[in-house]
Amino acid sequence: MSEMSGKPGAHTRLSVLKTYKLFVGGKFPRSESGRVYEVTDTRGNWLANAPLASRKDARDAVVAARKAFGGWSRATAYNRGQILYRIAEMLEGRRDQFVAEVAAAEGLSKAKATAQVDAAVDRWVWYAGWSDKVAQVVGGANPVAGPYFNLSTPEPTGVVAVLAPREPSFLGLVSVLAPVIVTGNTAVVAASERAPLPALSLAEVLATSDLPGGVVNLLSGRTAEIAAPLAAHQDVNAIDLTGADAELAKELETAAAENLKRVLRPSAGDAGGEDWFADPGTRRMLAFLETKTVWHPMGV
Amino acid sequence: MSPIFEYAPAPESRAVVDIAPSYGLFVDGEFREAADGRVFKTVSPSTEEVLAEVAHAGAEDVDAAVAAARRAFGPWSALPGSERAKYLFRIARIIQERSRELAVLETLDNGKPIRETRDVDLPLVAAHFFYHAGWADKLSHAGFGPDPRPLGVAGQVIPWNFPLLMLAWKIAPALACGNTVVLKPAETTPLSALFFADVCRQAGLPKGVVNILTGDGSTGAALVAHDGIDKVAFTGSTAVGKRIARTVAGTAKRLTLELGGKGANIVFDDAPIDQAVEGIVNGIYFNQGQVCCAGSRLLVQESVHDELMEALKRRLATLRVGDPLDKNTDIGAINSAEQLARITELVDSGEAEGAVRWSPACELPERGWWFAPTIFTNVTQAHRIAREEIFGPVLSVLTFRTPDEAVAKANNSQYGLSAGVWTEKGSRILAVADKLRAGVVWANTFNKFDPTSPFGGYKESGFGREGGRHGLEAYLDV
Repeated sequence: MSEMSGKPGAHTRLSVLKTYKLFVGGKFPRSESGRVYEVTDTRGNWLANAPLASRKDARDAVVAARKAFGGWSRATAYNRGQILYRIAEMLEGRRDQFVAEVAAAEGLSKAKATAQVDAAVDRWVWYAGWSDKVAQVVGGANPVAGPYFNLSTPEPTGVVAVLAPREPSFLGLVSVLAPVIVTGNTAVVAASERAPLPALSLAEVLATSDLPGGVVNLLSGRTAEIAAPLAAHQDVNAIDLTGADAELAKELETAAAENLKRVLRPSAGDAGGEDWFADPGTRRMLAFLETKTVWHPMGV
Repeated sequence: MSPIFEYAPAPESRAVVDIAPSYGLFVDGEFREAADGRVFKTVSPSTEEVLAEVAHAGAEDVDAAVAAARRAFGPWSALPGSERAKYLFRIARIIQERSRELAVLETLDNGKPIRETRDVDLPLVAAHFFYHAGWADKLSHAGFGPDPRPLGVAGQVIPWNFPLLMLAWKIAPALACGNTVVLKPAETTPLSALFFADVCRQAGLPKGVVNILTGDGSTGAALVAHDGIDKVAFTGSTAVGKRIARTVAGTAKRLTLELGGKGANIVFDDAPIDQAVEGIVNGIYFNQGQVCCAGSRLLVQESVHDELMEALKRRLATLRVGDPLDKNTDIGAINSAEQLARITELVDSGEAEGAVRWSPACELPERGWWFAPTIFTNVTQAHRIAREEIFGPVLSVLTFRTPDEAVAKANNSQYGLSAGVWTEKGSRILAVADKLRAGVVWANTFNKFDPTSPFGGYKESGFGREGGRHGLEAYLDV
């Protein structure tokens, strides 16, 4: 990112580098551990230092996510939809920045990086529209054999830990995050370990989209180190293992059994198993929804 | 307190059911002995009489049953849905025809009152098969894509509290979706599942589609750990559920769990007291309280506590405890000596921790396993009897002042299976139901079940739903 522009006659201007930080509870803290790690492009050139989040950072993020759950899950679906749409608007406005970051992070041509960022913007728009439709699609009245009103509705499961796919680091992240929060869950996300910078920049978009603080918490660092305390955490309700390899996924699923977290396993075939440009369907939303059924007698 | 009326005994006839002295495992359409020849006895909880000797399936039998189910899976899943539907409709009809026989059998083996097996369990069993039969040829309209596929072989482990009903909840959706099954009934209640095998025979169900393995926890553990199954469905305790979740971790097996509960039954000061009392009684004394979704924590608004307790105690004094086969019996036997010991241990802890215990005067039979309906007042949220699932006829009573406090106390649990709300105010029902973290909320009613209505828990009460369109997801590759 540090480019010297050398016009003849003018003195060269040193660019301003960005300090990449975590995103927890709507704020941008450094890791409490004070640690960072070097992030490079695919050719090994230094891009930035990213925070190396600790177990304590992960636990702080869970506290923030839990605190945000009440308000976000009770926000109207219309409100949540508008906020997701606002995220798309903000992202669209910073399209060039993200294209550059994604290209650098993953060694992509500008055209390929652009395709990824465009798809990510469109994904926010797609999920924004789901907020006030999913309850009608998966809920409804049940025709019980008796004089009872009987209604099933989907509800968010709570705090969801999300391991973003290792790549595509940005479209993958958006594709796993949006379906978690659109239905009213709050999220603690471990960004792609090797390419965390686009994810950390997304926090700047989220922070300016009227998304309440704590709904999304973003951590960078060693996936296995961040994921272990999240999988074992008794106040986390579910975990998306998309970004874990088979060995780590088994370890985390075992830990998650302790409080019976809902587990979304990585798709078979590992990183190559998912077509991130395809129609996402409803699978990722449904994995983090509970069905509540309410009965009431009918009579006068 | 002396009863208002004397009742003459009104026992249901045992002659309607013919229990053989011994039963084998039902594998590949035939009954066979366990490979290692092991057997165990099943007894009547109300008399301790041995009802029959049953084969105890070991690892070799699990292999054989899974292999039979695998062989049957290809042809069964390839059948047109409309043909699978007809098998399930047949099963539903045969169960209706044989319902009195099966009700008496269930009462003998489980200890629950005939009034419940006859009027609740068996009608629901038949309804479950009838409902799911209709799905078999309509799966492409169920919202799981244009051509949803079955998973394969399902390993299913069920509890003893509703033996045949839990079998129906497991087998009906599995078969409708095109899977084949290996089912393990509970150790203390194997008989109705073995009679169900005969229903399958009468219905002409292809061999290997349904396999029944009787045995204990080790049989169940071998089944869920078997490499040849694609799906595990379990109903039972949260502790065992967690163990199964660990077993399944890192495999491709799908998992649904329906586990324990500590349901809050919330009574507001404007509730119709007499109806609430009936609901409370139904909530915790139905099936001797051996119900995962029992309303075992009563949360009463402080201002009506004394009035409600008085009415509840009056009502409890009229409950008839005794011979489960008697048509006037309200409360039958506890299912096993082991379960009775668990209830007794928790009740003792309630007294030791300072809660106030009350039971109506009632004479318990000398033989068999019994526990009088019990109420604990002065219970705090810290007491074990307010936190742990007792799975017996024991109600813990707590109080609250405001709706927010009621919701906070109701949700203060590792479980989230069921809850009840009693109030005349509609907007309050909807607001409270909305905030309760529970899979089923009964408002001004309790313990109602229907095959069309999804059932299952939040938090450590498990995941996945049984019943309704939602329940199909557990048996489809989606």
